[in-house]
Formats: sequence, C-alpha cells, structure tokens
Amino acid sequence: MARMKFLCDADRCIECNACVTACKNEHEVPWGINRRRVVTINDGKPGERSVSMACMHCTDAPCAAVCPVDCFYTTADAVVLHSKDLCIGCGYCFYACPFGAPQYPKVGNFGSRGKMDKCTFCAGGPEADGSKAEYEKYGANRLAEGKLPLCAEMCSTKSLLAGDGDVIAQIYKERVSRRGYGSGAWGWQTAYREAIAT
Amino acid sequence: MFGILAKLLMQVRFVAGALALALVIAVAAPASAQQPSSVNPTASAVQERQLLQELNRIQGRVTIPDKKSDVLEQPAGREWRQWHQVTLRWIGAIAILGMLALLVVFYLARGQVKLQSGFSGRKIVRFNGVERFVHWLTATCFLVLAISGLNVTFGKALLLPLIGPSAFSIWSELAKYSHNFLSFPFTIGVILIFLMWIGSNIPNRNDVEWVKRGGGIIGNDHPPAEHFNAGQKMIYWIVVLGGGASAVTGYLLLFPFYGTEISGMQLAQIVHSVVAVLFIAAMLGHIYIGTIGMQGAFEAMGEGTVDVNWAKEHHSLWLEQEKARAGATGATDAQRRATAAGPAE
Repeated sequence: MARMKFLCDADRCIECNACVTACKNEHEVPWGINRRRVVTINDGKPGERSVSMACMHCTDAPCAAVCPVDCFYTTADAVVLHSKDLCIGCGYCFYACPFGAPQYPKVGNFGSRGKMDKCTFCAGGPEADGSKAEYEKYGANRLAEGKLPLCAEMCSTKSLLAGDGDVIAQIYKERVSRRGYGSGAWGWQTAYREAIAT
Repeated sequence: MFGILAKLLMQVRFVAGALALALVIAVAAPASAQQPSSVNPTASAVQERQLLQELNRIQGRVTIPDKKSDVLEQPAGREWRQWHQVTLRWIGAIAILGMLALLVVFYLARGQVKLQSGFSGRKIVRFNGVERFVHWLTATCFLVLAISGLNVTFGKALLLPLIGPSAFSIWSELAKYSHNFLSFPFTIGVILIFLMWIGSNIPNRNDVEWVKRGGGIIGNDHPPAEHFNAGQKMIYWIVVLGGGASAVTGYLLLFPFYGTEISGMQLAQIVHSVVAVLFIAAMLGHIYIGTIGMQGAFEAMGEGTVDVNWAKEHHSLWLEQEKARAGATGATDAQRRATAAGPAE
C-alpha cells in the first residue's frame, strides 16, 4: 500500500485557484467551506510564492489525537478520514490542526456549527465506497476508482502533486536538480516530520 | 563644389561616429550578456523554514472570502495537543482524585463534625429564598458543566470503551449542547453570587484568627466567625474568580474568531480547562462539608434556616449580630407600641 501525500511545488504554483474550484465542484462542497485554498506569501513583493494547501493527512495526526469522540481513522493508504456520524462539531481538531484544514458548515458558535468537513484525499468516508450516502457526506471517492485527487490531477502547471509520498518526492527532487532551485516541500516537516533532501 | 566637399565630410563624420558607437557597444556587450545567467529566480524567494523560525506560523493572502484561512501553517497546535492529551489529564486526575482521596481519609479520621451542644429546636434564618435560588441555580448548572466538561477530556478514555462509539457520540453531543447553553445561566448565577454576598466576604481580622485556630477543621475548636468564615470566603472567591475566568475563556471558545484567532483559542482552552479542574476539586470539598461533613450544615441552604446552637458553634459573631438586630428591631417595636399606646391611655 502507498503512503499518500500532497506536495505543492511553490516555484510552479501560479495561484490560478483551479485546484480550489475543482475540489468544490467534484465534491459539491457547500458555500463557505473550502477544503483547499491557495495562500500567497509576500504577495506583490519580490520572491512571492503561492502554496496550495488542504489537509496534509499527517503522520500521527493531531486532529485524531485530540478528538474527544475518536471519530478519525487512518486508511491503509495513510489517508486521514473521519466519521460525520460520530463528529459532535466541538472544534477541537480545528485548534490542533497546523494547516487550518477542518471546516464547519455553519457560521456562529461551535455549539451549532455542524459536523466538521475536510479534504478526504478524494477517498470518501466510512460508508461503502461510491455509495450515495458517502457522496452526500464526504463527496466523491476517486481513490476507490483508481484515480488520484482531482486538485492535483488537473493542476495546469503540475505544481500540486498527490500520490505515494516516495514517488512524488522523487519527482520533486528531479525537478529541483534539473532547474537548480526549489523552495522546499511546504508543510512536510510539520505534517510528516521529514523534509525532502534536495 | 564646396557643397559636395562639405557633404562628403559630414558622411565621413557620420560613419566614424557610427563606428565609434559600435566599438563602445562591442566592448560593453560581454558584460551585459552575462547578466541573465547570474539571476537566481529563488534568490529572494520566501523560505518555509525561515518563516517558521521567525513566528512559528506562516501567513499570507487568500482570494477566497474566508480571510481567516490565510494562515498557511501554525505548528503551535502540537504543544496544545500535548497539553490536552497529557498534561491536562495529569493535572485533572491529580486534582480531582487527590481531593476525593483527601476527603475520604479526612472522613475516616475525623468523621462528621457533630453539633456539640445538640439541637436546640429553635431555628434562625440563614439564607432567604433569593439566596437559595441563586445558589442552586449556579450549583445545578455547575454540576452539568463539570460532568460534560470532564467528558471532553476523560470521556474518550473512560466512557467510550464501555458504551461504544455511537452511544458515546450521542451522549457527548448532548453534553456539548448542555455545556454551551447552561453556561449562560451559570454566568448569571456567578454574577448574582458576586453581587449578593460581596459585603460579607471581604477578608478581615477575624479570618486570620479563624485560620490560626484551624477553623474547627483541625481539632475541635470553634473560632468565632461572622456570616461567612474564612473557609467560606475562600469558596466565595474561588466561585467568583474561577467562575469568572471559566466564563470569559469559555465564551472566547464558544464564539470562534470573534475575540481571538487559533493561538488565542488554544490559550483560552488551557486557562479554561485548568481553572475548571481546580474549580471542580474545590467544589468537591465544598459539597463534602455542606453535606456529610458537618451535622446541621445542609439545612442552611436546604430549608434556609439553621439551629441556633449550630449558629452559636460555627458562626458566633453572626448570631450575635442577628440577635442584636432582632433586639434592636424588637426594642423599637416595643417603643413604637408603647408610644402608640400612650395617648390612648
């Protein structure tokens, strides 16, 4: 089994936000929820970089550790998923997440914010793969169909990579050695406790 | 003729000028040709490691309407996780189990504090209806808040394995709603307690004496006390300050991003939880002494009256004040009666 990861090559990201749009469309994500977003650092200044960010599916995920009802689980592909049937919408995962991934359907207090929603690595939830119930709660299950997350699949500059950690790290390493520079795999040290040596 | 010569001369000058210019460009060319290859496109690029080292968080700009999503990375959640999963559990377990153990040992060693002079059968009003209502409003809210709060920290380890995930989720969701909504009457109760009893809870010389003599908790002494003794004053300030702190931090958590962002909420949760577990431990002591710990104590908050002998033993100065007040009003009543009767006679 693969160890699924995301990698955003910030030297290639052009901040087109197509990954954000593709995600929203693929999973019919309601208004106000953004499972993925593009953050531009030092916008308008020399050396600005944009990074597409969503749930990183951390190793030893902090959200899962602090969840008071233990609604998270990790799949065989190391994708961090959760059960909306068990989630009580308390917001604790939101305090612990280093990437601001957990989202809540309603604005207002945590008492009435509803069930948490986040990036599933296009892998659905605990319901049967490809079922209607799964789609309504978590969106499409592309992984079960043998496809990778749509955000990365349709990235026009191939900045966003999704797939087995070793494979995408190798692709990134080759890119960096060919072009002679690379600003690093953003979030990897925080999420996986390892950076890519280039 | 001269015209042709002058024209020729001008052409020569033009060619010479052009040649000179070409020479200058040719000399300068190698320097400018090297320029593009020396440009490093990442020379001024932001570096993740450097940004994290500076602020331990990375913030930028987003084009989606959710502006608070502009924080790219904030690894501080890890320290908060360590707090919530390890440190808080230890502090909570030690404070609450420690207090329970202490009370059991105390009860076994000392037993119930008996009324030494026995019940006189005569009652004196200690807490009126409003006071008792405010007390029990706050107390019932507190019990629900304490149990539902402890469920967040300890429920996963203690209750979840017993009742299973779906039952535990239903219970936890109910507990969360109770926690959120009962916080409002609880806060009102704490404010009313603060206003209602502030007058009799300012520490004074009698409290020093009371503490020096062990407050009747250690030994069988009965140091004089007013309406509230030093121990009760301590409980009062624990309720007012602890209740106040947990209310403020609780509302910061209940309304995310109105007052603080994530780092502030992590801090608010730390303060909220540590105040809460210490508060619970203190209230266990309060509940003990108000029920099985002392004979004749519960009726003060139960029916609102206490036995005169109980008042004499535990709150001698208060009893004297009450007697003096009753005596004074009694005297004026008698005087009024006398003056009213006077002219008629």
